[in-house]
Amino acid sequence: MGIGLSAQGVNMNRLPGWDKHSYGYHGDDGHSFCSSGTGQPYGPTFTTGDVIGCCVNLINNTCFYTKNGHSLGIAFTDLPPNLYPTVGLQTPGEVVDANFGQHPFVFDIEDYMREWRTKIQAQIDRFPIGDREGEWQTMIQKMVSSYLVHHGYCATAEAFARSTDQTVLEELASIKNRQRIQKLVLAGRMGEAIETTQQLYPSLLERNPNLLFTLKVRQFIEMVNGTDSEVRCLGGRSPKSQDSYPVSPRPFSSPSMSPSHGLNIHNLASGKGSTAHFSGFESCSNGIISNKAHQSYCHSKHQSSNLNVPELNSINMSRSQQVNNFTSNDVDMETDHYSNGVGETSSNGFLNGSSKHDHEMEDCDTEMEVDSSQLRRQLCGGSQAAIERMIHFGRELQAMSEQLRRECGKNTANKKMLKDAFSLLAYSDPWNSPVGNQLDPIQREPVCSALNSAILVSRSQRKAAIVNLSLLGPRNPQSAKATSSCPSNGTGHTMSRTDGSIWNWILCIRHSGRLPTLAMHFKSSHYIVAFSQHGSRPALQI
Amino acid sequence: MACLLETPIRMSVLSEVTASSRHYVDRLFDPDPQKVLQGVIDMKNAVIGNNKQKANLIVLGAVPRLLYLLQQETSSTELKTECAVVLGSLAMGTENNVKSLLDCHIIPALLQGLLSPDLKFIEACLRCLRTIFTSPVTPEELLYTDATVIPHLMALLSRSRYTQEYICQIFSHCCKGPDHQTILFNHGAVQNIAHLLTSLSYKVRMQALKCFSVLAFENPQVSMTLVNVLVDGELLPQIFVKMLQRDKPIEMQLTSAKCLTYMCRAGAIRTDDNCIVLKTLPCLVRMCSKERLLEERVEGAETLAYLIEPDVELQRIASITDHLIAMLADYFKYPSSVSAITDIKRLDHDLKHAHELRQAAFKLYASLGANDEDIRKKIIETENMMDRIVTGLSESSVKVRLAAVRCLHSLSRSVQQLRTSFQDHAVWKPLMKVLQNAPDEILVVASSMLCNLLLEFSPSKEPILESGAVELLCGLTQSENPALRVNGIWALMHIDKIMSTHGKQIMQAVTLILEGEHNIEVKEQTLCILANIADGTTAKELIMTNDDILQKIKYYMGHSHVKLQLAAMFCISNLIWNEEEGSQERQDKLRDMGIVDILHKLSQSPDTNLCDKAKTALQQYLA
Repeated sequence: MGIGLSAQGVNMNRLPGWDKHSYGYHGDDGHSFCSSGTGQPYGPTFTTGDVIGCCVNLINNTCFYTKNGHSLGIAFTDLPPNLYPTVGLQTPGEVVDANFGQHPFVFDIEDYMREWRTKIQAQIDRFPIGDREGEWQTMIQKMVSSYLVHHGYCATAEAFARSTDQTVLEELASIKNRQRIQKLVLAGRMGEAIETTQQLYPSLLERNPNLLFTLKVRQFIEMVNGTDSEVRCLGGRSPKSQDSYPVSPRPFSSPSMSPSHGLNIHNLASGKGSTAHFSGFESCSNGIISNKAHQSYCHSKHQSSNLNVPELNSINMSRSQQVNNFTSNDVDMETDHYSNGVGETSSNGFLNGSSKHDHEMEDCDTEMEVDSSQLRRQLCGGSQAAIERMIHFGRELQAMSEQLRRECGKNTANKKMLKDAFSLLAYSDPWNSPVGNQLDPIQREPVCSALNSAILVSRSQRKAAIVNLSLLGPRNPQSAKATSSCPSNGTGHTMSRTDGSIWNWILCIRHSGRLPTLAMHFKSSHYIVAFSQHGSRPALQI
Repeated sequence: MACLLETPIRMSVLSEVTASSRHYVDRLFDPDPQKVLQGVIDMKNAVIGNNKQKANLIVLGAVPRLLYLLQQETSSTELKTECAVVLGSLAMGTENNVKSLLDCHIIPALLQGLLSPDLKFIEACLRCLRTIFTSPVTPEELLYTDATVIPHLMALLSRSRYTQEYICQIFSHCCKGPDHQTILFNHGAVQNIAHLLTSLSYKVRMQALKCFSVLAFENPQVSMTLVNVLVDGELLPQIFVKMLQRDKPIEMQLTSAKCLTYMCRAGAIRTDDNCIVLKTLPCLVRMCSKERLLEERVEGAETLAYLIEPDVELQRIASITDHLIAMLADYFKYPSSVSAITDIKRLDHDLKHAHELRQAAFKLYASLGANDEDIRKKIIETENMMDRIVTGLSESSVKVRLAAVRCLHSLSRSVQQLRTSFQDHAVWKPLMKVLQNAPDEILVVASSMLCNLLLEFSPSKEPILESGAVELLCGLTQSENPALRVNGIWALMHIDKIMSTHGKQIMQAVTLILEGEHNIEVKEQTLCILANIADGTTAKELIMTNDDILQKIKYYMGHSHVKLQLAAMFCISNLIWNEEEGSQERQDKLRDMGIVDILHKLSQSPDTNLCDKAKTALQQYLA
């Protein structure tokens, strides 16, 4: 029997440790196997009735095992990220019980974590502070301000700048322009988005032909979806999907979602919607204003289930600490969302974006009662003219692609993008096809953020908000240090008037001084098994 | 700097200092008490951190005057307090300073000061006493000469966090051995100090913890009391366990691990208690890790060695915890080659601790390998282990030599290792060297190891005998130390035909031990030796002709201690065994001595073992 870790895709028919990206501790000889067929003497052998624990430390990327609650010492160092707990059984009739924390561990993992928290805290406390006292204060304010500006929280950015005596580098109008474009993209109105961009930022897209191509491919997809303005004006009903902005697993990634919802709702009013859509909407608004306890709760669950979104890891951890929920899964998350009744939407005011959304929301409150289950999504909204327009657009896109290749050389990413988009037409119901996820409104987000960044670069703004960069997570001590630069005072009082999410995070680091991912990751990757070799299922030991 | 203005301008630096120092002392004699006070305050500011100034003032006689002012009824409390502060500052200097202070009888004066009603003055006196008592030159007995001192200190524990800190520190430094433990215990140390473990002040908590570690050490009475003490509704062991959590300061983890270790060894906590197995032991193993300071690693290893010494299960757990055996190999790498080149300070530090580290590692290896063959094998297979032990046997430091011998002794319990590693490394050579002119404590362990090396199957036996072991062992049988005498005979027993050559000496040693005031174990061993002797013809002759010995055996058959009865029975059995030459005469002689009657009596014994043995012996007579 081998107990260990492996990356995705490792051969499941072999004991952990024997193959690349696989690590294991084997019971028959007590050796550790570090991606190799030959083991190293590591610990004692183990057998029926023993409780073996495996703990991955995501701060220093090491792993140690425990036997019946006794630490056996470091087995592996320099582990890669994203490993899965693995148990390999060789003997017929072997039985393993796994404990991922649902029962108390024999080994005192809490004590181990306490030690690491203290270590990290000491590291933060010892972090050298520059000569001038106030420097950190200024820096954190700049960080926050740039985050707000980047994502177009103009009202908050303005309020923040006022209360901290800063100047916003970009004028308000410009922020609003960007916000407008982002709204269009997120609403699926790509044609209008491209047009507006060209108006407001002439030559931007000419200088970025690949970006333009990406936008156009997205436009094509939105045409299929029936959301793009060019096909929508040709008649046809708003299809279901355009409204269903999904339960977003990335609540903070694109704050300008809020306005886009206003638009979605508007569409919905004419095209009828279903309650399910509102649940999606609900979750998005949560992303912007987490002013309700239970809402932020469901968010945290959300985040913890989405560790693979790299730029969000940092935020994930902040929440996991507050909620202290380590058994998160998608099922939980969704039920929570649905339980957030639609009735609450009206109480959610948008701090960002314009105020007119409020009454649109009220509109939708009345509309949502309509049962829309009989609605069927149709290609380009169902209008023949729209389909023709779409086909025509597709040809233009093909031509553009060929031209691009001539001018800039081969680009596999572009090629694949186009191929995937065209594949949609091969299915009678593109939404339920294997390539249907392209129609998912969530796919608008990367396009949106690419465009936003390009605009900012052209205006020589920072490409990514500093705060995003610094929040990349405490996977190594360096970044932990970066986050330690929070000022000790002066942040608390402004919090309530700005976007709660980011402030929460900063404050939590400041006040608790600990890095919460640690806790969460441990919880999910520390597991202990008890097993018997002859098929009888032993009582769970832990 | 008024004093400088008065000195002539051209003066050597040295006399300048002395002159200014003299001025400070002169001001203590001013008739105006206000000026005296100012003088003491100025002196205080002048001596802080200045060892030369301190030495000067002591030479110039400041101490008796300060003590006079401190004890004078007419002195203001403020003046008395400042005097105590200056004296405390002087004590902070070199050891010579402390000696000078002791010569002026500072301790009784300060203890007298503790009777004052003024808290500030009491604290100043205690701080000074603390500094003096924690110095290695101060005999701790001075704390116990006046019987009223300890109860008074106990009463002062409630006054302030400073009195708590200083008094606990004094206790933990002055509590050496069971007598001191008993005095402190009888004056309510446990109850008075227990609640300090939850003090808000870290220093108080720490000093209180240290007190408990010294109080519990090898003391079942204190330890048994400690397990039942409640503080804020929690039992003391639970509080100790909390204090060894991994986020607590290392010093605190280590000291609470010591407390739990001592309580366990004193029998107050079972060795299979979770607080030992899952808390104390892993904590001590962590203290041995490379991340810890050298001092902490030494203490950690020594404490762990002590904890696991008598319990094979703890030895097994420790041996698999955090690669302890490999971790200890690192203890031999100081000073490292890197430290020698790069950093003189580091080299100095490493050198200072090198001996301590080595002896601690040897001790821990000795404990680890005490019972389990697999662990012994693992230890010996550690890189260069045997070489290190052999080198350790000839080190200059007695402590290291002793620990190395102990380690080797522990490993020599393995038959396999005796025949392999021990032979390969010719361990017997340095061992024989150790046995020449070594202090008794080393001799005891070294000789019992020699016993193992002289076993029949040991390949070292021949070379050892050839190098004059017999004379050496005979020497041991004449030793004052009973343990050495036993080891001496025991080792001799393994030598062929020894009774024919050295029978007299052996019999003499045996008689001496059986007559002397020794503990049961020693006597039992000796009787077993006698039984073993009674296995050979020459030896039987020697015993049967020695009435003195026969009377002793008879006496021990009727002893109140079953172990000794059994051992004596062994001797008798061997002597009367039928098939052997001359058994009839021996049986007759023993019957005449009344042995058969005793055997009849013993065959009715409630102890089945003894009863069986007696019956078997009686059968020899019937056959």
